Amino acid sequence: MQVQTHVDINSEWGIVAARQAGRKLAREIGFGSVDQARITTAISELARNIYLYANKGQIHIEELTDSGRRGIKILAIDDGPGIKDVRRVMEDGFTTSGGLGAGLPGVKRLMDDFKIDSEVNSGTKITVIKWLR
Amino acid sequence: MRIPILKLHDYLLISVQVELDDQTALKFQEDVLNKIHEVGSRGVVIDLTSVEMIDSFIAKVLGDVVDMSNLMGAKVVLTGIQPAVAITLIDMGIVLDEVPTALDLEQGLDKLQSELEG
Repeated sequence: MQVQTHVDINSEWGIVAARQAGRKLAREIGFGSVDQARITTAISELARNIYLYANKGQIHIEELTDSGRRGIKILAIDDGPGIKDVRRVMEDGFTTSGGLGAGLPGVKRLMDDFKIDSEVNSGTKITVIKWLR
Repeated sequence: MRIPILKLHDYLLISVQVELDDQTALKFQEDVLNKIHEVGSRGVVIDLTSVEMIDSFIAKVLGDVVDMSNLMGAKVVLTGIQPAVAITLIDMGIVLDEVPTALDLEQGLDKLQSELEG
């Protein structure tokens, strides 16, 4: 049976809740401590982006099985302002929030698969996957 | 939630043992600076042994605490960063440049002492 969970992000507490849900599932799937930290950190960045730029949205976390492989998939969805220039937000050091600009490019490096769909004025959907090795 | 800050002679000792949400992290930043001012500390050790995750926001808050304390005239050493946390930070491309670190609280205090006396 595949496990699936989702967390509403509409406050800073949502960021913590998403992080904890992700760590719990990652541990159950069998990820080691380093990958647990990578997955938890990636979720934290995605959840904070939702809170920061769209005010609210959702983080979906689920177990993946694909031809014998196991993994974890995280989906971050919001219907906020969207991203005008996706290429720019993927550059290291680019920030509009006064942060480190490490968020999205960092998430991409932490995970195995990274996909972003964003449309201005309609929202952003980011899907990331980490496979169990 | 508040993170306790202990005073030991000229130093402040802080062990972060809670899951850091953004507000707690920011309040912590302010509390450290106020405490330095209040008791006139020359050095601060922030122990991160129990911290399982540092994302870009928390990394920025920690880096800022170090810079802000330096401005006030106090040195900060971060100690006990876990292997998984160190790996994740570097993966993310976050380099805590010029932030003094040590393996544990004991070595952190030694480092402060030698820096302040040297």
